[in-house]
Amino acid sequence: MSLDRETVRRIAYLARIRVDEDRLDKIAGELDGILDWVEQLSEVDTDGVEPMTSVTELTSPHRVDVVTDGQCPDKVLANGFDTFDGFFTVPKVVE
Amino acid sequence: MSYRIVGETGEWEVVVGLEVHAQVTSESKLFSGASTEFGGEPNSHVSLVDAAMPGMLPVINEHCIEQAVRTGLGLKAKVNLYSVFARKNYFYADLPQGYQISQFEFPIIGAGTVILDMPDGTTRNIGIERLHLEQDAGKSMHDQDPRRTFVDLNRSGVALMEIVSDPDMRSPEEAGIYVRKIRSIVRYLGTCDGNMEQGSMRADVNVSVRKPGDTELRTRCEIKNVNSVRFIMHAIEVEAQRQVEVWESGGQVEQQTRLFDPVKGETRAMRSKEFAHDYRYFPDPDLLPVKFNQEYVDGIAATLPELPDEKKQRYMADYNLSAYDAEVLVVDRETGGYFETVLGRGDKGKTRDAKLAANWVISNLFGALKAESKTITQSPVSADQLGQLLDLISDNTISGKIAKTVFEEMIATGKEPADIVAEKGLKQITDTGAIEAAVDDVIANSPEQVAQYQGGNEKIAGWFVGQVMKATQGKANPGMVNKLLKEKLSG
Repeated sequence: MSLDRETVRRIAYLARIRVDEDRLDKIAGELDGILDWVEQLSEVDTDGVEPMTSVTELTSPHRVDVVTDGQCPDKVLANGFDTFDGFFTVPKVVE
Repeated sequence: MSYRIVGETGEWEVVVGLEVHAQVTSESKLFSGASTEFGGEPNSHVSLVDAAMPGMLPVINEHCIEQAVRTGLGLKAKVNLYSVFARKNYFYADLPQGYQISQFEFPIIGAGTVILDMPDGTTRNIGIERLHLEQDAGKSMHDQDPRRTFVDLNRSGVALMEIVSDPDMRSPEEAGIYVRKIRSIVRYLGTCDGNMEQGSMRADVNVSVRKPGDTELRTRCEIKNVNSVRFIMHAIEVEAQRQVEVWESGGQVEQQTRLFDPVKGETRAMRSKEFAHDYRYFPDPDLLPVKFNQEYVDGIAATLPELPDEKKQRYMADYNLSAYDAEVLVVDRETGGYFETVLGRGDKGKTRDAKLAANWVISNLFGALKAESKTITQSPVSADQLGQLLDLISDNTISGKIAKTVFEEMIATGKEPADIVAEKGLKQITDTGAIEAAVDDVIANSPEQVAQYQGGNEKIAGWFVGQVMKATQGKANPGMVNKLLKEKLSG
């Protein structure tokens, strides 16, 4: 794998992480290292092996359809950066 | 008749595919125990799961799975015994997780078909590509404050079914009929209330244009979040027109997400955010794949109600109704149920006249309900009462014309038809003597008209009938009046 600066810039944008231009090359190198390391997995022959979603044979737990939660706006809003009259508020998003 | 847009270079065909988002009817959300109720104080129907607090884990609502399977069966679609929830990543203020839990590679429902009843009596099959379950986002309000957007997470995490059609529609009209049909099916199934005003159903509309006969599709645009049938049809019309103008002026239609402005009657591109469509789907590590067996599906299939298509066929076969009448009556379960009660539930031989019953429900009842802005469940006249009115017509107690007067009174007062007939003295006069007297009277007082009739002006017979009916306040049996007049005038 070899990531270029443009790809790194794009990954940073998608993750909403600001990366200064002078660090792009360094991060590209670090990400390359990670990808190379993960790449080793493809050396294993997995033909005909079912994908595994868990090491134990779990089935998805279900919930019955009853209202058991909510009605706690104070808790929900407690960490809000700015709230008003029961709403979260954010800087104006204009479409 | 095919829908065509006529441009400067000739005719163009419209190609439409729809993604209908239908809110699953359920008490609680897809992955949390918070209420799905519409309205409510802001952020009150929100659990810490819906607010995406760290460490919270989603747990699937089994009823939502069942509702999706039920809908899939209603769409005659393939039910997948194995499906996977995936994360669709994007940033927006009303999406606290930073991703929407949706399904991507492995949706719960695969290919199916919806049959459209066209106004000319033909049918059109529209392919369903898939149906998947996903979370709704919260609601942003941009108009409450000059500097801030307000966010309410009450809808956040509510279960939606996204029903994706194939690009099989060729006109705004077909798209409108398709949405109404989907709405009718989910309402029959009880899987979505279909209420577009409250946002329980809305659609993303994919539109492209091409030359008639072309098999390749051209670039499409997606119009987001259109929330009424009328707007969907209008949006397709103006977007197709726009694309024709772009191609004909030598340009290229760009693949875009657009918004429809119903006030200006135009679509416009959403401010294009770079990489906006890079959702980087991957299986949600918080959720195991959804697995069930065929017995589970069969069990749900066994509880499915009779759906509009089957009901329509039955009305046409058993009651000899026209395709149009049958379609109108099966539009929702309540209307079908009302009609069947009017018809009477006895042995087949004992049901009332189906054509008469259909006419009264479609013309008179629907007209009256529309005038009073009421739905069929709010009808002031019960199905039993309307049935009794039909009995009064059939046994000649009242004429069809008088029945309309009685019906108006029933709508206004909710009284029993027999009581109204008795109170107002509307019973049809079938006594030969009384009708004969009225006929004699009219003839004696109209020598001029008698002379005209006998001089060969047979059209004037109608005038005589009118006079006799007037003299009897419309209560004389019209058949008997005609017969007696003919005898006496010719004699």
